[in-house]
Amino acid sequence: MTVAISRQAPSACPACVAAPTAEAIAARAEALKDTRIALSLPTIHCSACISAVESALNAYPGVKDARVNLTLKRANVDAEMSVDPADLVGLLEGIGYEAHELDVATIQSTATDKAGRDLLMRLAVAGFASMNVMLLSVSVWAGAADATRDMFHWISAAITLPAIGFSGQPFFRNAWKALSAGRLNMDVPITLAILLAVVMSVWETALSGHHAYFDAALTLTFFLLAGRYLDHRTRAVARSAAEELAALEVPRAIRITDGTEQTVAAADLRIGDMVLVRPGSRCPVDGEIVTGTSELDRSLLTGETVPVAAAPGQAISAGEVNLTGPLTIRASAVGQDTSLHRMADLVAIAESGRSRYTSLADRAAKLYAPGVHILSALSFVGWFIYSQDLRTSLNIAAAVLIITCPCALGLAVPAVTTAASGRLFRKGMLIKHETALERLATVDTVVFDKTGTLTEGTPVLSNLGDQSTADLEIALALAEGSGHPLSRAITSAARAAGIKPAQITDITERPGQGTEANWRGQTVRLGRNDWIGAEAGDVTSAWLRVGTNAPVQFRFADDLRAGAAETITALKAAGKRVILLSGDSDAPVTDLANRLGIDEFQANCLPQTKLATIESLSSSGAHVLMVGDGLNDTAALAAADVSISPATALDAARVASDIVLLGRDLSPVADSLVTARKATSRIKENFRIATAYNVIAVPLAIIGLATPLIAALAMSSSSIIVSLNALRLR
Amino acid sequence: MQVLTFLIPISLVLGGLGLVGFVYTLRSSQYDDPDGDSQRILSDQWDDHPKP
Repeated sequence: MTVAISRQAPSACPACVAAPTAEAIAARAEALKDTRIALSLPTIHCSACISAVESALNAYPGVKDARVNLTLKRANVDAEMSVDPADLVGLLEGIGYEAHELDVATIQSTATDKAGRDLLMRLAVAGFASMNVMLLSVSVWAGAADATRDMFHWISAAITLPAIGFSGQPFFRNAWKALSAGRLNMDVPITLAILLAVVMSVWETALSGHHAYFDAALTLTFFLLAGRYLDHRTRAVARSAAEELAALEVPRAIRITDGTEQTVAAADLRIGDMVLVRPGSRCPVDGEIVTGTSELDRSLLTGETVPVAAAPGQAISAGEVNLTGPLTIRASAVGQDTSLHRMADLVAIAESGRSRYTSLADRAAKLYAPGVHILSALSFVGWFIYSQDLRTSLNIAAAVLIITCPCALGLAVPAVTTAASGRLFRKGMLIKHETALERLATVDTVVFDKTGTLTEGTPVLSNLGDQSTADLEIALALAEGSGHPLSRAITSAARAAGIKPAQITDITERPGQGTEANWRGQTVRLGRNDWIGAEAGDVTSAWLRVGTNAPVQFRFADDLRAGAAETITALKAAGKRVILLSGDSDAPVTDLANRLGIDEFQANCLPQTKLATIESLSSSGAHVLMVGDGLNDTAALAAADVSISPATALDAARVASDIVLLGRDLSPVADSLVTARKATSRIKENFRIATAYNVIAVPLAIIGLATPLIAALAMSSSSIIVSLNALRLR
Repeated sequence: MQVLTFLIPISLVLGGLGLVGFVYTLRSSQYDDPDGDSQRILSDQWDDHPKP
């Protein structure tokens, strides 16, 4: 636009005519400013997909560079500001690939995994150094003596000291943090063992002694870093998948200024702004409706399935979905002040309860760390009294620390959680919290939310056949003229039953009311009870009136989520107590509970009621798993021992829960309990293996028989056994 | 045993080269998309000349 205007008004001086005007340069600079667009491509899987997507994107005008990442199933596009992400999504859908826009700001933090890269670098250095030192150590064990042995030891020292100094930093830092807070963790004995081994070995080498533990210190660091890296990977994968879910909801809003529509980021909205909410989209702010009539779906906030009428003057909350007509809203609270965010704050309070859980690894460390230090100190004192020789006693003490060093213990938990999380991820479950599996294994009570969790949240016609065929034909014809969820339900049910639409004319949709038309000279209407003139029912209903005939009711039930029935059956068969808590009214809740065979249920639950129920269950000694999706569930999700939410849940609910269900199917829930129990028993088994190994190796170290060769053999074999045991879970 | 004065430095240098190579691949983001890279080798898009 700017360019066109500047051409109409040429520069005054003739010499400047040839040169572009200042405005034109500015406009070009604006166009040259690049933007990054990220697209999620859930269906790509092969090299043909990669080249099809990349060539389509690169051929689009304005796109500078597009690259597909198959691991993350994502495309990153560098493009000019003028490129609209919605056009790219349309372009890809045109060539047969499902695409969704991702919010670049949300995924930015996981785009480059800095911490993972750092760990990998340290792991590589430790691996390189330990292989070289092991090569030299093997020669010593094979019989190198005198000057050769000393030279080998010195070369080992020259490799080990810088390598440990670099690779061991994560352990040193953690140990220092724990010590300065006056606590003991697993990293304290690790750090002590590594440092003592290195110091003793240098001292021994200087005195041309026989045994040096350089290789032990390095392999120890290598194995422990491998455990740390596995642990980090598992959590990074879960975190990036969770962030992708959040990034799928691009926070945009349409602001109306002086009658023109303008798409802005939701964060830029201010109080008093006029915001347009189109049918089918979620309201971004709290406010008051200024113009338009429609219906609101509040199920994510309250659990109610019956849509609520909306008219000018009425209040609307962020998170409610507009169903029929466009609404203009004057914002009264934006961003962090909306009721949506205030509810999410409840979560932070409830979450403090979760930190009470100490993981199995921490409990093991609490027993283990002091035990090892005392054992090592005792053997030092004992040997010093017996031999009066500082060097021998220190050597023995170092050997005890190295032998007992929690190599296997360090791998015992991450190896199992990696295998178990990978298995559950393939089934469509995302483990977000590190101790979620352990907590899941103890669950004996499962609490479900109804709307959006056990049900799909989309209505289906439940009383097809109560109406006459003629009525159905008219209803179908009227329903096809509207995009309302209830109309769509009538359309699909009637079409499936083989009904043909009646011939009607002059179809008009009245937003917030229903659809009206002319049929054989009579006015026919399909819509809300108060518009039709019928009694309000307790279930979601639409009414049809032909002329002045009595209104005909269409009742709707919520469609069951796939796998819901199987999940409830499996949980009950496994002896779990199953409870249903819903914010919906009595009739639909009772109906659903009867259909699924749930004996304990409660309707009309407020968020506080759900929270109180969970808390009373917990205080009576039950371990509660909460499965829910709405804002009214978030406090309960955070208060429960462990919680699961479906991917369709509100952002706040997903953040509050430990596990996210990625697919539409609910059946992985029952599986996850089994896998979690298996994983926990595998972790305990690994602890027993590590303990058994210590029972054999520690006496050898205390009586002074442990050589670096024995230490290396014992350490590697126990680590490998523990990892293989974990792999049995896959 | 004189041969050791050659062999030990050689083994260290060779190992070090491997380490430097690994650090290079890590720094240039070559582990960001392992699945994609294993598939891209099948594409004939840049067979004649490297991507400009």
